[in-house]
Amino acid sequence: MKLTEKEYGVLAKKRSPNSRLYKTVPVAFAVGGAICVIGQFLTELYKSTGLDVSAAGTLTSVTLVFMSAVLTGFGLYDKLAKHAGAGTLVPITGFANAVVSPALEFKTEGYVLGVGAKIFIIAGPVIVYGLAASAFYGLLLFIFGQA
Amino acid sequence: MSRYIKGGTVIMETLPSIVSSGTAVGRMEGEGPLGSCFDYVSEDSGFGENTWEKAESRLQQHAFEQALLRGSIAESDISFVFAGDLLNQCTGSAYSMRNNGLRFVGMYGACSTMAETLCMAAIFADNSVGTLCAALTSSHFCSAERQFRFPETYGGQRPPTAQWTATASGCAVVGAHSEAPFIKVATVGTIIDMGIKDANNMGAAMAPAAYDTLKTHFANTETQPGNYDLILTGDLGYVGSEILRDLFLQDGVTLGDRYNDCGLMIFDREKQDVHAGGSGCGCSAAVLCGHILPRVKKGELKNVLFAATGALMSPTLVQQGESIPGISHCVHISSSCE
Amino acid sequence: MEYLWAFLTGGALCAIGQLLIDLTSLTPARILVTYVVSGVFLGAVGIYDPLVGFAGAGATVPLTGFGYLLAKGVREAVTADGLLGALTGGLEACAGGVTAAVLFALVVAILFNRGDKTAKIAG
Repeated sequence: MKLTEKEYGVLAKKRSPNSRLYKTVPVAFAVGGAICVIGQFLTELYKSTGLDVSAAGTLTSVTLVFMSAVLTGFGLYDKLAKHAGAGTLVPITGFANAVVSPALEFKTEGYVLGVGAKIFIIAGPVIVYGLAASAFYGLLLFIFGQA
Repeated sequence: MSRYIKGGTVIMETLPSIVSSGTAVGRMEGEGPLGSCFDYVSEDSGFGENTWEKAESRLQQHAFEQALLRGSIAESDISFVFAGDLLNQCTGSAYSMRNNGLRFVGMYGACSTMAETLCMAAIFADNSVGTLCAALTSSHFCSAERQFRFPETYGGQRPPTAQWTATASGCAVVGAHSEAPFIKVATVGTIIDMGIKDANNMGAAMAPAAYDTLKTHFANTETQPGNYDLILTGDLGYVGSEILRDLFLQDGVTLGDRYNDCGLMIFDREKQDVHAGGSGCGCSAAVLCGHILPRVKKGELKNVLFAATGALMSPTLVQQGESIPGISHCVHISSSCE
Repeated sequence: MEYLWAFLTGGALCAIGQLLIDLTSLTPARILVTYVVSGVFLGAVGIYDPLVGFAGAGATVPLTGFGYLLAKGVREAVTADGLLGALTGGLEACAGGVTAAVLFALVVAILFNRGDKTAKIAG
């Protein structure tokens, strides 16, 4: 090769098409927004039954997780996600999909070492770093007192 | 006796023949532009099996059986099977061949494996080692996805440079010189790594290897692209094949219409939404065995240079931040003995 | 009006995620981690609370909301239990969602057949 790695990198980049942002971003916005609207609707619904804000919020999450799990089971969530990208990745439904899909996929390796062990291969980092960050925050709160 | 020139190029003195070939593919490949070329198309991507790994082995068995059937070859006449696939420890091939008692040589060259196994089968046949040798590879979209990327039902978005692993398998049976297609020359490639780290852009990672092997082949055999009706790379996809054209253009060589890529042929990129094209070592195998070899046999194509390309990566090495090494081997297949 | 703000805020958070996917080499998993940790941070410094106040589910449904929930849980737990709360508050706050995800994942794994992106229904 006459080219250096750097020169080749430039050539490769030139020939690699980019995502069409004018298409991907609006779709992500619309689908992600719509999922949040469903969340808002559920929250209002649960609040109207007399639940407090916190319980209504939790129940909303649980309902969205359930809906995502069912869609994932039928193989529909990934079909939507193909177009929606971050619109289906960022909401809690995306978290649920990241938990459900490996559980289903690795069923062939058994319920313990397949489903059980691999259920968090994608979503695990979210829990690990979310909890670590929150514990760190708690420590700071304890040391420096609460604002 | 095969004659080694230099730089990986081996001349087949007796011109061994590809006496039979067989293919098997999944539904999408069957609905693709080359659908009618394949011997066995399964609507069920599970091929009647309950795991994707077993499905791939079953797929590979179909291609192997089709090759035997179409050439009226008894299984016992196969002296050696050179087989490979993309699965860890080459299990797609091992499990497909585990019950037939044949002499099995498992090979791994990622998507270049069809050229790799064909080289070996040709050299064995050229030196009368054994009677018939089978070159056989497979890939399955679902078994590859779960090993290299994400679960099937995970909602990921593929970038435009990503390629779609073909659910396909091809088998070529090589024997002593009889009738076309003949194998004239094989050039074994070296590993080339130009620092591409994006596992979603395999074409860019492999193109330099294809360039290097083809260029070496042209130099060693004193030929040029114009000497071939078809120069066929395996699975560079849209991105990689454009880069390959660019690399040759920098040398003042235009590949033009005589160049094509298996990854661009097996699917309709737009209609089937496979982004940069097909990939997987079954892709080039099925295109070669199902579409190209029959045309060489009929004399529609006289000289074909088949250069399958492979990205020799693993998810582990990519996660460790390593760049992706590429490899390519090429085989000159001809309709005449000159 | 709440619905509009939920749509716009949630949509905007997703659009930022899409830009991260398309313009950077960040993998989806890294983007999600970034979102959760950002949520904890924004919750801790008190920016996320008002956002939840006016965008509702538009702020709580995206994964930054998950981080916010963790921060809020920890704050309440530290107030009530001291240092121990730093360890218990986060998981307690997100227990419902996480347990639901695990439970439904198990149920789906038991009841459903394997997925197949190459199957006919592919649109």
